[in-house]
Amino acid sequence: MNCTKCKTKAVIKLPRHHAAFCKDCFTCFVHDQVAKAIRSQKMFGKDDRILVAVSGGKDSLALWDILLKLGYKADALYVNLGIGNYSEQSYEKVRRFAETVAVPLGATLHTHTVELEEGAGIRELAKLVHRPACSTCGTIKRYQFNRAAIEHEYDVMATGHNLDDEAARLLGNVLHWQEEYLDKQGPVLPASVEGLAKKVKPLYRLTERELAAYCVLNGIDYIVDECPMAQGARTLHYKEVLNRLETESPGTKQTFYWGFLERQSKKASASTTMAEKDQAVLHPCTTCGQPTTADVCSYCKLMARAKTTMSR
Amino acid sequence: MRVQLSHPARTVEVDGPKRARDVLRELNLVVEAHLVIRDDELVTEDELLHDKDRIEIRPVISGGSQVEVKADQKSP
Repeated sequence: MNCTKCKTKAVIKLPRHHAAFCKDCFTCFVHDQVAKAIRSQKMFGKDDRILVAVSGGKDSLALWDILLKLGYKADALYVNLGIGNYSEQSYEKVRRFAETVAVPLGATLHTHTVELEEGAGIRELAKLVHRPACSTCGTIKRYQFNRAAIEHEYDVMATGHNLDDEAARLLGNVLHWQEEYLDKQGPVLPASVEGLAKKVKPLYRLTERELAAYCVLNGIDYIVDECPMAQGARTLHYKEVLNRLETESPGTKQTFYWGFLERQSKKASASTTMAEKDQAVLHPCTTCGQPTTADVCSYCKLMARAKTTMSR
Repeated sequence: MRVQLSHPARTVEVDGPKRARDVLRELNLVVEAHLVIRDDELVTEDELLHDKDRIEIRPVISGGSQVEVKADQKSP
């Protein structure tokens, strides 16, 4: 099979685009898709300072790499969750990528260690507050990424969510008719109130398979192992179902998610509506000052519960 | 051929020559969720793989956060 563009030997076939690419043309394709996402969704400009949330996985390292190669000012934050060997290995991947690729391109890596600041790793914290590990992890990461973006005065925070993540999440929300969450499913969440960073997902046009291929072809060494706390998570089942559909009928995932975005954009200025809605319900947390819908934000509640249990 | 798999990490033997897509089918793996790597080089599904080849089939699926919750956070 030959590359659709240059006719040399192809290394990857993309049935959803009726195309196959060699290494160089595939790298161009990935960069073009990200550039298109940034431009069409007005994510950020060349002068903006971006904070990339990195985990050591394929998506976040690919995102950091692509943004730097496209000439954006992108630093990164790694949150060390304290999950034994898994965290050690993932940090090593991030550190090595920063040292060999990002720092030489002028970028900075920030780190936050959960065990140091929160007093225990994710596994222990989740046990202390009797909540699933993934939800505890989500609360802490969301809080710390937002805090770092605001404290270091970044214009925007970027995450490595890809087409599979967004399609799976949409499927989950539709299956359970969680309509109130659909508003927040776009690739851009505005900085609606003071203390809330703008959040963007520049990889929403690319599949997990394409991002893994990008890493393999560009020598990005990422952690292949799944987080030991995520095994059996419902996300994985939705992704599996969507991938079976995609294999039978290429383009299913993009038709599903992009079709949703198209319908959202036809609604009267969706982002303005979202900002207005946020302004109506968000106010500073009485403990830490970060925006929340309650008196005390979910992070402060979680930490207060954990501290109470720890002191018993 | 010796095929390296992940989640959990294991090695299996598959008779060659065989096209990559047929190796995936024999192992009951979906193309869209895997990459086939031969001697550190990515190959397409129609590549013919031989007994002497060192093959890695790498899963590409990740993500643990609950999709249905309001959080837009996954492992970044």
